[in-house]
Amino acid sequence: MAVDEATVSKIARLARIAISEQERSGLADELSHILTWVERLNEVDTEGVAPMTSVVAVKLAQRADKVSDGDRSDDILANAPRRDGDYFVVPKVIE
Amino acid sequence: MTARIAGRTGDFEMVIGLEVHAQVVSNAKLFSGAGTAFGAEPNCQVSPVDAAMPGMLPVINEFCVEQAVRTGLGLKAEINSFSVFDRKNYFYPDLPAGYQISQYSQPIVGRGSILLDMDDGATREVGITRLHLEQDAGKSVHDRDPQVTHVDLNRNGIALMEIVSEPDIRSAQEAGAYLRKLRSILRYLGTCDGNMEQGSMRCDANVSVRRDGEPYGIRCEIKNLNSVRNVMRAIDYEAGRQVEAIEDGDEVAQETRLFDAAKGTTRTMRGKEEAHDYRYFPDPDLVPLVLDPDWIAAIEAALPELPDDKKNRFVEAYGLSSYDAGVLVSERACAEYFETAAQGRDPKVVANWLTVELFGALNKAALDIDQSPVSARALGGLVDLIADATISGRIAKEVFAEMFETGREASEIVAEKGLKQVTDTREIEAVVDTVLAEHGNKVAEFRAGKEKLFGFLVGQVMKATKGKANPKSVNEILRMRLSD
Repeated sequence: MAVDEATVSKIARLARIAISEQERSGLADELSHILTWVERLNEVDTEGVAPMTSVVAVKLAQRADKVSDGDRSDDILANAPRRDGDYFVVPKVIE
Repeated sequence: MTARIAGRTGDFEMVIGLEVHAQVVSNAKLFSGAGTAFGAEPNCQVSPVDAAMPGMLPVINEFCVEQAVRTGLGLKAEINSFSVFDRKNYFYPDLPAGYQISQYSQPIVGRGSILLDMDDGATREVGITRLHLEQDAGKSVHDRDPQVTHVDLNRNGIALMEIVSEPDIRSAQEAGAYLRKLRSILRYLGTCDGNMEQGSMRCDANVSVRRDGEPYGIRCEIKNLNSVRNVMRAIDYEAGRQVEAIEDGDEVAQETRLFDAAKGTTRTMRGKEEAHDYRYFPDPDLVPLVLDPDWIAAIEAALPELPDDKKNRFVEAYGLSSYDAGVLVSERACAEYFETAAQGRDPKVVANWLTVELFGALNKAALDIDQSPVSARALGGLVDLIADATISGRIAKEVFAEMFETGREASEIVAEKGLKQVTDTREIEAVVDTVLAEHGNKVAEFRAGKEKLFGFLVGQVMKATKGKANPKSVNEILRMRLSD
């Protein structure tokens, strides 16, 4: 499967990754190669085989409904580029 | 009951589907051990899992799963013993992970249904497409500062049930009935508190219109609906807008629109088109959720009596009308109040006191039934005093007002104020004689054929006894005296 430059731009935008014009064609080639390689799996006959949802045969671990964390806003906000009291402050995001 | 929209070129019908996000009642969040209390200080109910710190892994809260299954059972829905959690990818400052853990192709609950109770006592079934579990997002606060947005992650990661209806709803009234019934069921089950104003129950409406016999039209999704009333207003406005557009020869664009409660209109939410490319994929941090059929059966066995069953029982066991029964069961607390008060009394009389006097007074005082100054037992006491003719129905209303005001017992108020009904015939006869003597002219006119004056004379006797005379005795004695 070939990935064109427009698709690369779209994926980059969705992932919020800035890429330059120059990088774009290289990435298109790279992604196309990866997908072509993975496409070899299409050669396997999977008729009647249920999709694999996990590679490990374990049950989903569950926790009890108990409050065991919280009251540590300084930890949570430690990496905030900007804070006001106990709020994170980010650029305006409303129209 | 389909609401027809009369356009210039003929009639249209509305087609509505609702998506409800119901916050699960639980102590801790869906995938972390942080708390869920409403209104806590910002960012104090956040664990590193919620803040999406690198290396943190989600571990599911078993009670949230149980709550979702319980809700599914209450909606008479299929429970999927195998379900999968997916990542829904998008960027927003109140979603630190850059994705929401949700369920996409394999939700925990499948098809179910809800029975709507319409105002005329009729019922209508609306299909439920699915219910899935997902994380709530944090809260962006835009009004603390005009230049920047403040983010509080307390809500981030709280369990939500997204409940999606089939496009079976045909009017704003039905949409309102759907939300009220869903809220009632969730509250009976104790799985969501159903508070739309606080945002623990939120609703998006998908609205389209079509002419008779046509396939579904193009739909718009309306957001920002924070009360049942606003959902209904938004639907009516939006359907009218679409009819107008179609008749003007324009196309309805499939888009997300915001409801403006102040103007009562909807408007395009720009710049969101791209955001709908969510790129769902199974969350590699979570293996599929597999439920034990015995565990599901145990939850089902412990379900409370739900509104529909309770309503049917009230109609059959107490002889109430379908409408009254529907009103009484809409909240579990009302139904319990009624059953306590009706114990050993005439259920219809008790139902009447509840739906007319008590609900009226509570409404006026903006109180819930749990906060009623008149307890179920006290109301029963009042009904007893009417039943054994201690007081008349008219006096009872005064006593009730006093009970509501002071929280005192009916018998106490009656004794203290001397409101006991006068049934002693001799006493009433004496009053009747005085009244007749005072109003000689009227009596003459009555005897001359002016029948209407009878009512006036009854009124005078009641006035003279301060309303305490037994009305039936007064009538009889007056008739007797006047026919002498």
